Amino acid sequence: MSAVPTSARAPRIIVRHEIILAAILVVALIGLGRLNDRFLTVDNLLNQGRLMTEVGLIALPMTFVIVTGGIDVSVGAMVGLCAIVLGYSWKNLGFPLPLAIVFSLGVGAAAGLANGLLITRVRVPPIITTIATLTLFRGLAEGISQAHSVRGYPEWFYFLGQGAVFGVPTQLLILLVAIVVFGVALDRTSFGRTLYAIGSNETAARFSALPVDRIKLAAYALSGLMSGLSAFVLVSRVTTTRSDMGMGYELDAIAAVVLGGTSIFGGSGTIWGTVIGLVMIQLLKNGLALTGVKGDATIVVIGVVLIASVLIASSLQRRRE
Amino acid sequence: MSAIALPRAAAARAPLWRRVSSQETLLAAAIIGLAVVVGLINPRFLAANNLADILLGNAYIAVAAIGMSMVIITGNIDISVGALIGVLATVSGSLAVAGAPIAVTWLAPLVLGVAVMGLQGVVVAYLGIPAIVVTLGMLSILRGGLISVTGGKWITDLPDAFHLYDIEIFGVIPMPVAIMAGATILAAAWMRWWPRGRAIYATGGNAEAARLCGVSPRRTLVLVFLLHGFFAGVAALLFATELRVIQSTTPSGLEFTVITASVVGGVSILGGVGTVVGSTLAAILIAEITSALVFINVSPFWTHAVQGALILATVIADIVRRRRRLAGDVR
Repeated sequence: MSAVPTSARAPRIIVRHEIILAAILVVALIGLGRLNDRFLTVDNLLNQGRLMTEVGLIALPMTFVIVTGGIDVSVGAMVGLCAIVLGYSWKNLGFPLPLAIVFSLGVGAAAGLANGLLITRVRVPPIITTIATLTLFRGLAEGISQAHSVRGYPEWFYFLGQGAVFGVPTQLLILLVAIVVFGVALDRTSFGRTLYAIGSNETAARFSALPVDRIKLAAYALSGLMSGLSAFVLVSRVTTTRSDMGMGYELDAIAAVVLGGTSIFGGSGTIWGTVIGLVMIQLLKNGLALTGVKGDATIVVIGVVLIASVLIASSLQRRRE
Repeated sequence: MSAIALPRAAAARAPLWRRVSSQETLLAAAIIGLAVVVGLINPRFLAANNLADILLGNAYIAVAAIGMSMVIITGNIDISVGALIGVLATVSGSLAVAGAPIAVTWLAPLVLGVAVMGLQGVVVAYLGIPAIVVTLGMLSILRGGLISVTGGKWITDLPDAFHLYDIEIFGVIPMPVAIMAGATILAAAWMRWWPRGRAIYATGGNAEAARLCGVSPRRTLVLVFLLHGFFAGVAALLFATELRVIQSTTPSGLEFTVITASVVGGVSILGGVGTVVGSTLAAILIAEITSALVFINVSPFWTHAVQGALILATVIADIVRRRRRLAGDVR
């Protein structure tokens, strides 16, 4: 039960997992491409990138949170809350739309910060904190909206969700930038290295005078902020605002992170792994859908892939030990 | 931390004020207090059929929370239970419509529930995969499987004999309430006085210490998941027979409601602490609050916000109280 891999060994295990995953991804791509010639087309792949962005933007900070040994299951509810705040403050409170967008991002960050404060100050375990706030945030979204949806946004608002720059969907570019920023932050900054230190051994990190609470607070606040961004992209793509938006996103995001080789115990994991996990889930969904499997049955496959990948990774690790 | 491994045994010797401030007593007081306050504002809240509705409509949550509490006491969690209840209810209802004997329709969800949860328990205990990952995967499998098999169609034309809700014990106590109370009392007694029941607390409090005392944490964990599956089966049966139709999709968010009942009931995710009496009382309190909102004219769309605030408040109060108590023990 050595939850703390030595620093020399940890990267090798992670690399191994990512390479296996990438190999599976390539095989799956080729297989699905042979089954259906519409699958491996530029148009289809770009479109899948568009659809993948909303969960992707959440999965990046989720990686941070899980690396610290925490979890955030309230992200889907924060997407719902931010979407409603965006629509409501514009339509009902009369905010100019740009201000409404900033306001909803702020609400997202504040919601994430509230999670972080409960976890670091009151010391409520992350899973319990975020299950409680999941209900609260979703409830606030339902209460504020009173089941009314908001439509009729101005044309420019849809650029983010439906537009394209040089043929690439706008939000996919944002996701790519976010991936680079989060990847560099986790791998190359003292902030990122502190995340690993907290996840490996929080007590040791405290004794090393690392700002454990502040870093954790930042990770959860980021999770809220990115949920807000995800809500913005989502509302812009589907052109309407409803309180049930983002429902179940937490499961997709956590699945992508865990599939990508981040240990649920904390202390190891990479953004690149999460990206592979994310792409894999999206392409699996799409590939299966194109070969005639119904949308709901693809969820089954994702569940199987998730459990199988973790089983394989852990048995590989055990053999090495 | 090991000081809180056997909290109830310590509570029995504790001074009066400490026993009075136990989570169970507080919940019971809250249930009665809320009934009085809402009853004063709107007497119709206290009408017998409304109180009966509160109990009948939520008995399945209390029953599911019994198994969930055991799982959480061992320091694990299960987020597949909502989807499992949906699947089991659909299986049971489909069998009933297909004309299977009633005994079969009632036994099938129990057996299937035990099998699915037992499998997850073995993976968690013997392969060392965290419960949150295993049950997350199972949630996907069950949810996706159910919708793709049934297409989300509702099950109707259920035979009359299928409905547990029509049976009353001694002609007064409706079956679901009897099942809820009976299951809670039996499980609570077993966990408090039987060695195997105590082993659940020992495993959750300190697995290594439990192992040294001759308790197998792995076997205890599998046993807990098997029991959790059984209670999920019972809950599914109550869920399936509550109305005359079964909505054959998984009730979304049910797993969180069940976890909420356990946590508000005083079960700690850190393991080793909590009782199923607490979780059942909490399930009743949550149902009561939901109903009370309607009677004091709060828009039903605020229900979840109030529930969320309630969970947060109880969790924070509980942690602060426990910390103070721990400080008191040191003194």
